[in-house]
Amino acid sequence: MRLFTATMFSLILSAAVCGAPQQSPPAQPSPPAAPDMAAGKLVFEGRCALCHGIDGGGGRGPSLRRPKLAHAADDDALKSVIENGIQPDMPSAWYLSPEEIANVAAYVRAFGNVPPEVLPGDPVRGKAVYARSGCSACHILAGEGSGYGPELTEVGVRRGSSRLRETLQNPAKTIPEDFLLVEASTASGQTIRGIRLNEDTFTIQLRDQQGHLYSFRKSELSHLKKLRGESPMPAYGTTLSAAELDDLINFLAWQKGKP
Amino acid sequence: MKTTGQRFATFLLPLFFLSCSATLAQQVSFDRIVNADKEPGNWLTYSRDLQGHRFSPLTEINTQNVSRLKVKWAFQFPDERTEVSPIVIDNILYVTGPNAAAALDGRTGRSLWTWKRPIPSDYHSIGFGHTNRGPAVLEDKLFVATLDGYVVALDLRSGAERWSSKVIDYKTGYSMTMAPLAVDGKVVVGVSGGEAGIRGFIDAYDAKTGAQAWRFWTIPGPGEPGHETWSGDNWKTGGGATWVTGAYDPELKLVYWGVGNPGPDWNGDVRPGDNLYTCSFVALDAAIGKLRWYFQFSPHDTHDWDATHVPMLFDAQVGGAKRKLIAVANRNAFYYVLDRATGEFIAGKPYAKQTWAKGLDAKGRPIPAANSEPSKEGSLIWPNLNGATVWFSPSYDPQTGFVYVATREIGARYFKRDTPYKVGTFFPGGGEDELPPDDAWGAIKALQAESGELRWEFKLHSPPWAGVLSTAGGLVFSGSDEGNFYALDARTGKPLWDFQTGGAIGANPVSFTIDAHQCIAIAADRVLYVFGL
Repeated sequence: MRLFTATMFSLILSAAVCGAPQQSPPAQPSPPAAPDMAAGKLVFEGRCALCHGIDGGGGRGPSLRRPKLAHAADDDALKSVIENGIQPDMPSAWYLSPEEIANVAAYVRAFGNVPPEVLPGDPVRGKAVYARSGCSACHILAGEGSGYGPELTEVGVRRGSSRLRETLQNPAKTIPEDFLLVEASTASGQTIRGIRLNEDTFTIQLRDQQGHLYSFRKSELSHLKKLRGESPMPAYGTTLSAAELDDLINFLAWQKGKP
Repeated sequence: MKTTGQRFATFLLPLFFLSCSATLAQQVSFDRIVNADKEPGNWLTYSRDLQGHRFSPLTEINTQNVSRLKVKWAFQFPDERTEVSPIVIDNILYVTGPNAAAALDGRTGRSLWTWKRPIPSDYHSIGFGHTNRGPAVLEDKLFVATLDGYVVALDLRSGAERWSSKVIDYKTGYSMTMAPLAVDGKVVVGVSGGEAGIRGFIDAYDAKTGAQAWRFWTIPGPGEPGHETWSGDNWKTGGGATWVTGAYDPELKLVYWGVGNPGPDWNGDVRPGDNLYTCSFVALDAAIGKLRWYFQFSPHDTHDWDATHVPMLFDAQVGGAKRKLIAVANRNAFYYVLDRATGEFIAGKPYAKQTWAKGLDAKGRPIPAANSEPSKEGSLIWPNLNGATVWFSPSYDPQTGFVYVATREIGARYFKRDTPYKVGTFFPGGGEDELPPDDAWGAIKALQAESGELRWEFKLHSPPWAGVLSTAGGLVFSGSDEGNFYALDARTGKPLWDFQTGGAIGANPVSFTIDAHQCIAIAADRVLYVFGL
């Protein structure tokens, strides 16, 4: 097989999962028949799993385990994406019948069918916990804060409450795939710890906690260490009370992007 | 004092001779291609020479001055991610894209002519992107293979169509993406479609007329040797695509070509047997297309490890005797050396991480390891489906005796699933989940050509998609997926120069002269860059 490349798929990834504002699905006529999830699973595993992962968790293509897909705001859009593809990155499945497309669309949707959670805690109190815990020193939420760590404006879409709790209690366990802390020492003896913004074979770009940007040629560094498994975020499992943690998680779970 | 007539003659005569010499120069006889080393400033066939070396004898750019390399010009293609390897003849570059070709002025990059053939609205690439890896040239024609299944001969000087021949019906899953190989009056082409249940073949067409000269089916039909390695009707959908350009030995008059994976890719239950000639090299009599020998690297493949690689032909001492060799760094992570007259296995060893085989037996057949098959739950196996290297070219450097391979160090969880065959559709039988990017890396590896012993490696940030060029200037050029185009010392692997192109590089570099000065060209995403001192 000839292969799409990692880059092409990372392009799909960013194109498919970033950005689009949440939309209300348009009114739908009653479907003629309930989709056959088992049949949809078969099609998905045979034809889609190559890129999206056998369990929809993503691979060279994006994860589908999310309620909001940028290219498929509603079921009709999802069917259209499946049928026509996203050129040039995602091949079309034009050869599937409308029933097969409906089946696989239902199966894909099920990956993101996260039932609404009933969460303990209170989002208003959680907002106060967020403020006094200094989260905005490292995170941007709804346009406010500092962008050292990942933006949290849509964190409620990307993360369920259990994942949020896990991150707050032990940040190093849930580091996002593209988030890497790096320590670099220059020939003059300066050592910088920062988040990797980009990297290629010859260069690396970093941002430190104060927001300073650095660009190094690797050959000019005396030391470059990728601190895999380390997070600059403190663990809040012991510094916050159980009630404060519930409030903060409730607040973050509500962060679903701009209206 | 000259008369008007004399002045006219004085003015016109040089133009006339210039015109004649230009006409003669653009007649690319097969002898010129066979003797490519006599004109190192040109790049007359996919790998520069018919032996698949992708080595340039030019020395103007060398280890002492490569740090001064600069962009001379750039050309923007209309399509993303071009994989083209240009042909260069006497200061003109010939490039291709999906169903398109152009001639570019080597001094400026300005196009001299362009040609396009519409892509039918019901055409679909199954398992790959819309791409084309380059043209071929013979006499006064440029040859291009199209996605919708035609081989087209264009007038070298104008781009006008001389002839076109239908090779395949794209509606049944076939396509064409490779650069043709012009061999002694014929144009040899291969097909894509290994994920669509095609039955693969290699075709030759008369370069003058476009008439089909021969066809070699890579899946033997009933009554043919090798057919017994299939069962029932599964040979009809057995794959064996031939989507990368081969090599040619002008003395033995054999065409060498790599054959792709069997279909369905990841579920071998439905096709018991070795599934010849998938995942093999075949040596064909160039005159009649008959099989002289084959060597199968991955019998009964279930990992999508096509053997669609450019074969490298060279002679070397083996066991005290000079042998005619053919070598390949295979997608399955083993490097192989064979006798190119007979196909006899001579040497083989892994050149990248692999977990699927315990090793090779005395005849080069792999000894399978435990847990090396795709499964319902997923089996973690190295390399991943794209392999330890893929379609992009390796390079053989006769000065160092090294083969340079752009190597991918990446594993994946392989899954097996049922996929019913449906004409002209994706027929995979499973898939894979790649390991996360930070668990994968790449390298340019220098291997001793006749043994595969590692001589040096230069690590890359991620698994590469670009081919390798070596030069008599003591340099190795290649590109990274993050857009770095770079030069290494051919003897040590030490980096000597790099340039950020701004686009992922998934193409092969070439070298040639413009106005007698050496240039290096590489395509990065949709831009062709030409570098010089």
